[in-house]
Amino acid sequence: MNLAALMPLAQEMGSFWMPPKSSTVAPAVDAVFTLIFWIAAVFFVGIVGAMVVFLVRYRRRPGHEAQETASHNTALELTWSIIPLILVVVIFYVGFKVYLDMATPPANAYEIQVHAQKWSWSFTYPNGYVDADLHVPLDRPVKLVMQADDVLHSFYVPAFRVKMDVVPGRYTTTWFQATEPGEYVIFCTEYCGTGHSDMLASVVVHEPGGFDVWLEAAANFLETLPPDEAGEKLYVARGCPQCHSVDGSAGIGPTFQGLWGSTHALADGSSVTVEENYVRESILDPQAQVSAGYEPVMPTYQGRLKDEEITAIIAYMKKLQGQ
Amino acid sequence: MGTDNYLNHTRGIRSWLFTLDHKRVGVMYLGSITFAFFLGGVFALLVRTELLTARETIVEADTYNHLFTLHGAVMIFLFIIPGIPAALGNFVLPLMLGAKDVAFPRLNLASYHLWVIGCIFFVITLHTGGLDTGWTFYTPYSTTTNTAVIAATAGAFILGFASIFTGINFIVTIHRLRPPGMGWFDMPLFLWSLYATAVIQVLATPVLGITLLLLMVERALGVGIFDPALGGDPVLFQHFFWFYSHPAVYIMILPAMGIMSELVSIFSRKHIFGYTFIAYSSIAIALLGFLVWGHHMFVSGQSSLLTMIFSALTFTVSIPSAIKVFNWLATMYKGSISLQTPMLYALSFIFLFGIGGLTGLFLGALATDVHFHDTYFVVAHFHYVMFGGTAIAFFGGLHLWWPKITGRMYSEFWGRIAALMVFVGFNLTFLPQFLMGSHGMPRRYYNYLEQFTPLHQASSVGAYIMAAGLFIMAGYLAYSLFKGPRAPRNPWGGGSFEWDTPSPPRHDNFAEPPAARDPYDFDGLVRDEAEGGYVRRD
Repeated sequence: MNLAALMPLAQEMGSFWMPPKSSTVAPAVDAVFTLIFWIAAVFFVGIVGAMVVFLVRYRRRPGHEAQETASHNTALELTWSIIPLILVVVIFYVGFKVYLDMATPPANAYEIQVHAQKWSWSFTYPNGYVDADLHVPLDRPVKLVMQADDVLHSFYVPAFRVKMDVVPGRYTTTWFQATEPGEYVIFCTEYCGTGHSDMLASVVVHEPGGFDVWLEAAANFLETLPPDEAGEKLYVARGCPQCHSVDGSAGIGPTFQGLWGSTHALADGSSVTVEENYVRESILDPQAQVSAGYEPVMPTYQGRLKDEEITAIIAYMKKLQGQ
Repeated sequence: MGTDNYLNHTRGIRSWLFTLDHKRVGVMYLGSITFAFFLGGVFALLVRTELLTARETIVEADTYNHLFTLHGAVMIFLFIIPGIPAALGNFVLPLMLGAKDVAFPRLNLASYHLWVIGCIFFVITLHTGGLDTGWTFYTPYSTTTNTAVIAATAGAFILGFASIFTGINFIVTIHRLRPPGMGWFDMPLFLWSLYATAVIQVLATPVLGITLLLLMVERALGVGIFDPALGGDPVLFQHFFWFYSHPAVYIMILPAMGIMSELVSIFSRKHIFGYTFIAYSSIAIALLGFLVWGHHMFVSGQSSLLTMIFSALTFTVSIPSAIKVFNWLATMYKGSISLQTPMLYALSFIFLFGIGGLTGLFLGALATDVHFHDTYFVVAHFHYVMFGGTAIAFFGGLHLWWPKITGRMYSEFWGRIAALMVFVGFNLTFLPQFLMGSHGMPRRYYNYLEQFTPLHQASSVGAYIMAAGLFIMAGYLAYSLFKGPRAPRNPWGGGSFEWDTPSPPRHDNFAEPPAARDPYDFDGLVRDEAEGGYVRRD
């Protein structure tokens, strides 16, 4: 998903301080924010206000001398230690209470598998369908079970106030319940290299009833769409555009424009004709024959793309060449 | 003038590079960290310039990743951590004790030499592939990237020992070299803060050293420690890393707080208020600071129970910091407050550290931290503490002790202009970042959503204003070295021992050890126009 496509859905700025509140926990998180904000504001105005008053009243000037005052006052010092202590206990408690809700997915949550890799997201639905965007039903808790292929990533939806690291070698989970239909941006918030700031996706919150209809239609695309269109859909859904453009623009990997059938220089100095078996090998074992001028950074899709899906992608590449 | 002082006592480059004089070591450290600060600052300006537009502005994504990594690594390992203790502390600590030197002068010199070697490793890093891991070296990215991670971690490892040597030296010096009659609670508060800092340097830094060594072993030999592909655990790295790096935040801020206690008291001509509470709060911060590292990891996948415990412990650290701020304000009450340059930095500190500290409350609270973690809100928060706190206090201390160190006075007019520009520029740089962060702008982003463009541009303009202020500062300080008026012994009316020595101090500091007295008693100090400073009339 490129950045420009996400622009409209991020236009909504929410309130002065916070993005729109589009999940069940968002109002509670914002209430904690507001409480801390006012406590902090009172202290800040008090501290800076006292400082300014002292500066004006006791500024050094002819005829003004420092006056003798007590150099300590245990009662006063205990007071300004204990009052903040009580306040931070309150802040801890409210933050902790809301966090308990955020950390505990309801038992009936709808489960979606999340896969993070450099530099794309993919979302696997219970029926096995994989999409590059996260589609969810309205007003139903959704639990994400997340894993990473390569390095740390972090799943973040500002509008839902949800964030969780995605860690290679273990599963992490998070959950949310969307309360407003619409599209929201997903950021990767754990630094992951070259394409970190392009590792975006969107959450689509469907109107009531819309999610099931969408999922059924989307999942059947290999049967219902012509192979080249199915291939184009896979190209988008599996994160290929993050590195491979189709318009000739430079990327982390070679562009698909003019690729099919061409003779392609490899990093080891040899060359290869781009045909079915080379494409298949590049998808399943990307490090076997790396294109000249590119880093060997592509993750393998072994076990994640089926043969008919690879066939569809090849059909899409052929169509690109036909244009 | 021809009088014998530490600057002209011996001559030649070797007499500096192999000196055992704490003052010369301090001055060499000061010059060196200034170079590091300049380098880190250039990286920061390049980062801010790239972020003027939402897409590519001046560099490519990979270059940007190098720039923000090197900005962080250079500023933290080469500037802020050694900044106040090794440069200003080295110069002032023995003088404040009325001592002739630190307890281990050779160890002190070794610390500086290690710093230089560590710095060389960073320069090697720059020339052998750079570094793109972020200053945090998070695995498995750092074990798999093809940049010069081993050179950089070796540099940080060596710099760690430079820091440990300084810490050991200060602890022993404060224990053993106090003059007769000076008890622990008769010391200037700057020394309490250096002592608390030294405890952290000695206890926490070895953990960083071991962690970086393990990272090097994993990278070089393929032993699985942190990389899951080799059977390791990346979250373990984060625990090890923050076990040092959170206490390291207090290595950075505690000495700054110590300088604040001196500045506020001297420039208000008032005895410091609540000496005992300030002294104990330094120790409390040092000890509690060891127990809160997990607040960097609330969304890392560590258990929810740990997350709650770390949140609760984190709030305890806020209390001693708040106590110090209240005590400084109480010190100003009914004082005679001068607005000379060092005090302008002290006032900036209270304002900026106030924001930095209070915004920490949002990050300690679990519900709000989940939203703010790894966004610009965090970037703004720690810059308010690290720059608005530590660097500002460093500038305050630099201006306070500059006449003592160099024997020259700088231009008060330009000093105030620069202090104002840094203050305004800093706020313009980082206030917009709170707003971006609260709206979800993630940190370490090369491209960003178009909606953040105006705030990013305001932030970059602020950085340029701040840089201009710092260049003015460099200009008038350099000018003062050659053309500045001769400094009196005691230009500000300070009460601790360093103001008894000539400016610059003699080679052996004191002809005879001064008699212990209350460093915050300003009654006997009166201004003498002929002298140009303060003299003691009892």
